[in-house]
Amino acid sequence: MSRPAIDPIPEFDPKLEALVEQIVDRKLAEALGDVNSRLEDAFSRLKEVEEASIAQRVTIVVFSGDFDRLIAAFIIANGAVAMGMDVSMYFTFWGLTALKKETKYAGKSIAEKMVSLMMPTGPGAVGTSRLNFLGVGPAFFKMLMDQNHVETLPDLIEVAKDLEVKMIACQMSMGVMGIKKEELLDEIEYGGVATYLGDASDSRVTLFI
Amino acid sequence: MPDPDQTLNCQGLNCPMPIVKIAKTIKKMESGQTLEVTATDPAFQADLNAWSKKTRNPIVEFSAEDVLRALIQKA
Repeated sequence: MSRPAIDPIPEFDPKLEALVEQIVDRKLAEALGDVNSRLEDAFSRLKEVEEASIAQRVTIVVFSGDFDRLIAAFIIANGAVAMGMDVSMYFTFWGLTALKKETKYAGKSIAEKMVSLMMPTGPGAVGTSRLNFLGVGPAFFKMLMDQNHVETLPDLIEVAKDLEVKMIACQMSMGVMGIKKEELLDEIEYGGVATYLGDASDSRVTLFI
Repeated sequence: MPDPDQTLNCQGLNCPMPIVKIAKTIKKMESGQTLEVTATDPAFQADLNAWSKKTRNPIVEFSAEDVLRALIQKA
């Protein structure tokens, strides 16, 4: 007696198979369609958040101590805060003059005292980068600024403080310029090049003024 | 046209003060409130457009007669 034949795998009726495939396709599309669109949504929102967080930062190196350049720096800084951006200003070398509230000579070496003597006493006394004419230039520019309703440099600095612009003084160049902490504004922070580079690498706008 | 919730006079102030003041004032307002700003700064229209785009607070109205006048809504 021969073994009974194994039942062959029943073949689907082709119409039935087609119907089943249709239903499966439809169900999958319904389920996945929803998931796919939500995933796309999530990715585009994530991208927006990432871009927004980088776009919101401005880092400015203030290297110049010139009247005209400092005004540009503070106008940009204040404008950026008004646009909803986070602003950090790094003051180094000549730019430190903008942060001076007074000059002190006590406790400094001869070289430091000499440099302090030759530097402007503060933002109200800085010269222009050109057409300075031994100090007459700035006086003219201040007059023109007044006529054109432009804020003075000390006022722009006050506005920046009020808007909580981060102002950081470069410790290294302070030593080189013979400037001590007591001579600078109280509200500023202190840092070095790594502090600057950390901020700058996260910023959409970086400027060297 | 209903009255604005707040008004801000920036006449006689030039860049960057108008948008600085607008930003400060808007910060203290509630969402949906409107702020009317008048200014004489020639850069005001351009600056305001850029500010509005960046901060996503729409400009409802803008007119330029003897002074520049803008109605902004806090988003």
